[in-house]
Amino acid sequence: MTSPRPLPEVAAVPAAPASAEERGSSLAHDAWLRLRKNKLAVFGMITLAVVTVACVAGPWFIHYGYEDQNLDLGAAPPSAAHWLGTDTLGRDLLVRILYGGRVSLGVGLCATFVALTIGVTYGAVAGFFGGKRDAFMMRAVDIMYSLPFAIFVILLMVFFGRNIVLLFVAIGAVEWLTMARIVRSQVMAVKKMEFIEAARAMGFGRRRIIFRHILPNILGPIIVYTTLTIPSVMLLEAFLSFLGLGVQPPMSSWGLLIKDGAEKMEEYPWLLIYPGTLFSLTLFSLNFLGDGLRDALDVRSSKD
Amino acid sequence: MFRFITARLFQSLLALFVVVSATFFMMRAVPGGPFTAEKVVTPEILRNLEAHYGLNKPVWQQYLEYLGHLLHGDLGPSFKYPNRTVNEIIADKLPVSAELGGESLAIALLAGIGLGIVAAIRRNTWVDYVASVFGTAGLSVPTFVVGPLLVLAFAIHVGWFDASGWYTASDRVLPSLVLGFAYAAPISRLTRGGMLEVLHQDFIRTARAKGASETRVILHHALRGGLLPVVSYLGPAIAGILTGSFVIETIFQIPGIGREFVNSAFNRDYTLVLGTVILYAVLIMGLNLVVDVVQAWLNPKVRLE
Repeated sequence: MTSPRPLPEVAAVPAAPASAEERGSSLAHDAWLRLRKNKLAVFGMITLAVVTVACVAGPWFIHYGYEDQNLDLGAAPPSAAHWLGTDTLGRDLLVRILYGGRVSLGVGLCATFVALTIGVTYGAVAGFFGGKRDAFMMRAVDIMYSLPFAIFVILLMVFFGRNIVLLFVAIGAVEWLTMARIVRSQVMAVKKMEFIEAARAMGFGRRRIIFRHILPNILGPIIVYTTLTIPSVMLLEAFLSFLGLGVQPPMSSWGLLIKDGAEKMEEYPWLLIYPGTLFSLTLFSLNFLGDGLRDALDVRSSKD
Repeated sequence: MFRFITARLFQSLLALFVVVSATFFMMRAVPGGPFTAEKVVTPEILRNLEAHYGLNKPVWQQYLEYLGHLLHGDLGPSFKYPNRTVNEIIADKLPVSAELGGESLAIALLAGIGLGIVAAIRRNTWVDYVASVFGTAGLSVPTFVVGPLLVLAFAIHVGWFDASGWYTASDRVLPSLVLGFAYAAPISRLTRGGMLEVLHQDFIRTARAKGASETRVILHHALRGGLLPVVSYLGPAIAGILTGSFVIETIFQIPGIGREFVNSAFNRDYTLVLGTVILYAVLIMGLNLVVDVVQAWLNPKVRLE
């Protein structure tokens, strides 16, 4: 089905965040300086910014709507009136790509947020409590890893209709497992440190210790992995749209445009090339940025 | 070792049972059945059809009967392909997907491991950057973009290959390249990472100090440890690659099992959905077990508990 992703290569916890406040900011500053030196990551950041601004603001400056048809014109190659050409119904491709970008990026962010919430909570609880509860929870994750989830998502979408909220939840429910594993191992490393001991000694509740004391200290790996989850979520959304299970026409999404383009590429290649290029470029940027963040936040790799 | 394998087998059976049950009841919970889409179905014919396939019985009874047949390795009759059993359909279509998968996997391993090793040795040179862009491309350019673009370029414009079909040897080239590329990219990333980790270690320095040639150090000493991350990735990857890719099989019109995963769901072909889900789950669990054993063999530090 969809190709499984390699296990994430995420950095270990920075050795000792002695006084969280002060070192935290200097760590972030160092990371930022390292990130700026990484050309691919900078390229990714700039591209993402441009694409996002274009998708959000672009449609206001174009006179066509995403469903405005011009059947007399039909599919026309790029011209002065339609910069990226039109599709078979005479709809402006540029505006459809921009609207599609809103949907694809929006789904990417929302579903990642779902995955993030489930994964971080689950992983933090398993890692913090440890023992039998942890063993049971992680066995469950292992078993879920071996389930054919892509098929489940397809079944869900086929059977329960093409509902966009369901899409977020289904994708999020698939993508949280790796996040849970990462957060758990990080929490296990941090919880043994002295400042957690101190927090306990001061009588803070477990919830407060997890969310106020532990999680802020493992934000680095969480941010890195979140950045890397967004592209895989967008890929899954595009795959579902390619199957006709995602966003429904006349609304557009990048997956849907690519599906249309692939069907008509012999006569109208621009319908495939433009959306395909932009989609790939965006995912490239997200992956470059995620990799760059990982290198920048990884204390180990800065030593060699 | 033996205890580990039996424990894992038991665990896999339990997981398989959960998968089968969840899929079964999820499908039955949904309105509509395999015959609702049929054009001319009078209520009588519908009743007969349902009686023929046992769909008129209570769901729990159907479930128990299905499990009973499953224990005998019988996946039941297909609802959409008349007079064909799910076993026959799988026996018919899995080899096609497996052949394509085998070819793609060979490409992926050769290209991925080769590129990963070179990138690790020539770290921070242009070779490494090219490899890194390639590795990211596999995660960023989906097969449903690469596939049609290659068809556009090499089948339609240049005319070297047929745009679709699965008849001659040349029909294998484009699909296995596209599918192989999708898997080569992550393999190259993992190989590079694994090799870098290993090349820092003392035993590599020892090997060099003893005068082993660089080729021998890389291929004999480092590769064994460096490939560990690749091995753990290969479990799910091989399961995915052998059971076919819906996208590739649709684009290139290949009669494999990958399309059935999706089409059976659209058709509400209950038994075929279950059959393909079981096939995939069994493969992935079996291969993960194999991966764990291989990993223990490659790395004495990993103990099987």
